[in-house]
Amino acid sequence: MNHNVKVAGFGGQGVMMFGQVLAYSATYDDINGLWFPSYGPETRGGTANCSVIVSDKQINSPTFKNANHLVAFNLPSLEKFRKNVTDNGLILYNSSLIKDEVKEEGRLCIGVPVNDIATELENEKVANMAMLGAYLELTKIFTDQTIEAIIKKFLGERKAHLLDVNMKAIQKGKDYIKNLGVTYA
Amino acid sequence: MAKVLMKGNEAIALAAIKGGVDAFYGYPITPQNEVPEYLSKHLLANGKVFLQSESEVSAINMVYGAAGAGARVMTSSSSPGIALKQEGISYIAAAELPCLIVSVMRGGPGLGGIQPSQADYYQATRGGGNGDYSLIVYAPETIQEMVDTIKESFDIADYYRNPVMVLVDGLIGQMMESVDFDKPVKERFLPEKDWATTGTANHPGRRNVANSLEIDPVALEQKNIRLQEKYKLIKKNETRYEMVNFEEEPEYVIVAYGTMARICRSAIEMLAKDGINVGMIRPISILPFPDEAFDEIPKKAKGILCAELSMGQMLDDVLISNNGRHKVGFFGRSGGMVPDPEEIVDAIKNFSERVVK
Repeated sequence: MNHNVKVAGFGGQGVMMFGQVLAYSATYDDINGLWFPSYGPETRGGTANCSVIVSDKQINSPTFKNANHLVAFNLPSLEKFRKNVTDNGLILYNSSLIKDEVKEEGRLCIGVPVNDIATELENEKVANMAMLGAYLELTKIFTDQTIEAIIKKFLGERKAHLLDVNMKAIQKGKDYIKNLGVTYA
Repeated sequence: MAKVLMKGNEAIALAAIKGGVDAFYGYPITPQNEVPEYLSKHLLANGKVFLQSESEVSAINMVYGAAGAGARVMTSSSSPGIALKQEGISYIAAAELPCLIVSVMRGGPGLGGIQPSQADYYQATRGGGNGDYSLIVYAPETIQEMVDTIKESFDIADYYRNPVMVLVDGLIGQMMESVDFDKPVKERFLPEKDWATTGTANHPGRRNVANSLEIDPVALEQKNIRLQEKYKLIKKNETRYEMVNFEEEPEYVIVAYGTMARICRSAIEMLAKDGINVGMIRPISILPFPDEAFDEIPKKAKGILCAELSMGQMLDDVLISNNGRHKVGFFGRSGGMVPDPEEIVDAIKNFSERVVK
């Protein structure tokens, strides 16, 4: 098992946290996780992206040309990375902001209206968790138990009261995929 | 302690604490700022010294002073900051004092950029400081190897009374990876620091002096000869490298260190699928450079590709170690650009275009 994941969006959309949850989950499950961010001027006001590798083998190159999974939170990010997805790869995008249907031959393209889901939950900040739910439902790389443990750790004591809304967002993302009737992994 | 996921820079800081650091002196610079950030919280809380100085020059001279007093001491910085520290580094090497210098490289020259680079190989191995001095420089490829090396480097510095540098690129500093902090460190017999300048009350009848000035040329030459003997011993005992994929005779051999070596590992796997068997010499110590590894390259090998995140610096050591035996090619990216493994695959497949004249 080896997944190269690219997560991209505007700064503030929770792109880095999305990626870190995957890397923390890998470590929690005692497999290998590697995360690295784009850092510096490009993250200030522009697009932010991070690369994640989850693998049950030793991780060699931290960089990759093509991602197995692309998670795009906005249109500029989708346009920047959509041609760098492997055959049979997954393109998961935010259909609240990307209105046109995305098609790439040989890749599964799924839009999830994560901002709308977050609005329903009355917390704009959990859009990334809705996306995470959709991602996990499709890829099945981590169990609910692992994810909950990691989200708890992320929130810490100070934000422990936000666990519930985060887990709800994840569940709504999962439900959205279930209702589409799409399977990937 | 099981494996934890940690950012490279924070791992540098925690590894230093595990290695017994008493004091840190530094001045902020991207992409290594999480090192002092982490240490500022955890050193002070444990009664150790953390000091953000007014400049890099002050920081390295504080390291000089604290090392002279016998403390386990470190500094960290990035390319232009390390440039400012060179005078102090030469003085510390001359005074034969132990310390750890962590260098997290970014793109240069000048202020350059803040993205990952390996363009300070010359700075680390040739030194910007004056005189016939030598550091011990390790260039790990993963956060795990970096942590293990940092923990051990304080012992190595103490043992030889010599500054040790741990050299990584900004990518290792900024990325997060699973790491185990409790791997045991090789045990060394470390003599007491009877040379430390702790005051005559602590060493009655003997004045201990930390100094790099030696006006008498006869004495200074003798000191240099003695230093060279020490550096020879270090080369014999502390040279580290890894031979990757040498089980079957490799057609080509890559030489790469740090992040570039990891990228090349992936390229080697891709090339194997295309039926091209490629090995790699991965220097872990770049000073002393593992020139003996080049004797293991099969005579029939078609060439050596030196790959760096620079315009060609380690290439000098590769050419010296190769000593005309094989064709040598070069692949480099610079300015903060980090290649994909595919670019290395392409460089091997088109090796003839890469050959250095």
